[in-house]
Amino acid sequence: MDIELISPADWIKGQVKSVQDYTLIAARSIANVFTSPRYVADTTQQADLIGWGSLPIVALTGFFTGAALAQNSGSTLQRFGSVTLIGQLVSLGMVRELGPVITGLMVAGRNASGMASEIGSMVVTEQIDAMRALGTDPMRKLVTPRVVSTVTMLFFLTIISDALGLAGGGVASSLFFGVDAHQYWSTAWQILVLQDVFMGLAKPILFGFIIATIGCYYGISARGGTQGVGRATTQAVVAASILIIMVDFFVTRLSMTLFGQ
Amino acid sequence: MDSPPSLLEQRVQATPSDAITLKFEDVSIAFEEKTVLDHVSFQLRHGETKAIFGVAGSGKSTLLKLALGLICPDSGSIFVLGEEVTAMKENDLFELRRRVGIVFQESALFDSLTVRENVAFRLLEEGKVSEGELEERVREALSFVELEHTVDLYPSELSGGMRRRVAIARTIITHPEVLLYDSPTGGLDPVTSNTIIELVVKQRDIYKVSSLLVTHRLQDAFTMATHYFDRAENAMKSLPAHARTEVPFSFLILRDGKVIFDGDLKELRETRDEYIREYIS
Repeated sequence: MDIELISPADWIKGQVKSVQDYTLIAARSIANVFTSPRYVADTTQQADLIGWGSLPIVALTGFFTGAALAQNSGSTLQRFGSVTLIGQLVSLGMVRELGPVITGLMVAGRNASGMASEIGSMVVTEQIDAMRALGTDPMRKLVTPRVVSTVTMLFFLTIISDALGLAGGGVASSLFFGVDAHQYWSTAWQILVLQDVFMGLAKPILFGFIIATIGCYYGISARGGTQGVGRATTQAVVAASILIIMVDFFVTRLSMTLFGQ
Repeated sequence: MDSPPSLLEQRVQATPSDAITLKFEDVSIAFEEKTVLDHVSFQLRHGETKAIFGVAGSGKSTLLKLALGLICPDSGSIFVLGEEVTAMKENDLFELRRRVGIVFQESALFDSLTVRENVAFRLLEEGKVSEGELEERVREALSFVELEHTVDLYPSELSGGMRRRVAIARTIITHPEVLLYDSPTGGLDPVTSNTIIELVVKQRDIYKVSSLLVTHRLQDAFTMATHYFDRAENAMKSLPAHARTEVPFSFLILRDGKVIFDGDLKELRETRDEYIREYIS
């Protein structure tokens, strides 16, 4: 098979065009929320698929992440005789970072890929063209409901993940370090301040937007039959995961700048 | 059995037959520096069916997508039902597309929806009809293509020919004024092909719908040029030789992105162009 060489100028043009196309899709997905027609039934269906469908994996990963965090923190704190602070570390770690990021990555793996493959299949079988030909805007019917439902559901999934992570940390603290449950929960609760809650709940909104728009963008851009759909699916998960980690860093930095350490 | 003319029939009968439904003016388009259509110009009269021929990759399907505004030309103008498609924004095109139907090459049915939901798609989107009327119109459209029994099936449970017929039902449910067929008989057996051609002729002769039909099969085009739909017998009948010039049917042949022939059956038979003679032989 011949390998096609692309000139650097063409490659840069291609990348700029991709960013432009993504920006347009992202902007239109938001703009469509404020104008009719709105696809409430499609949004509800997607919310069910994304929210309820992702609940088991989010619950499990949240619980065991919290438990693992407690084990790691506990063994370090034990050396300094401060094992009672374990609740604070698990709480801050889960609410500020691990809860949103782990939930975002799980939902990206499950749903960004699903969106890219579903919409990509519709593109290569001309179903998107058929939809446009039948007078329906695919951006309104397919993209906006996915964006709205992912943002909404990821917000609540993150809260559930945080709660279960704290529970997992509590179980691990009690089992392996003999920390009293009441002490664990009171320290975990008391350490949290507005900044932590803001950071922990702002992130899933941004991550949800990234997951849905990236999944839809790669789906709409899919070309080249089933192979192209497979490529789009992989790219969607990779791009969404990288963006989640990058955006996480910037939101953390911004939050610290705004609220202090 | 003759039924009273519908509102659509009354409207189309009131329109002068020489009115132009669709017009391409000097249209060119290239994909990745390969010219697909090169200064193409032609027009489609009201009630006329025009069959478009050309070798694979000659831009036939592109031409249909351009007519519907699904893609934009690099230059030139396209007019459909008096509106300049090439000057319209996507949001305005959605309105125009409600008056134009297209049957895609591979049917393009929504695979996660049943036949009923596929056929009713446009009506459901518009949300202007009651549940009862919706059901009635779905049955009517499916009865037109003789597939009422498939109403609860999914596209994957249908044969290729049945999918094409469902695609036709989905297209005609709102009685579009213009129909665009992209290889509706491609890859089908002769019997199924003939059924589909009969449906196209029925749309032309009963509802006076203007159509562009992309095809590779010359025999389909000759059938359409030499037959009419007999409403009384609900079947396609052969026309006597002297009446064949009255059929609103024409041929358009593309070669290397250019129109090399645009005329009726008589003109096609009389052409001296070597390429065309070889093509139709």
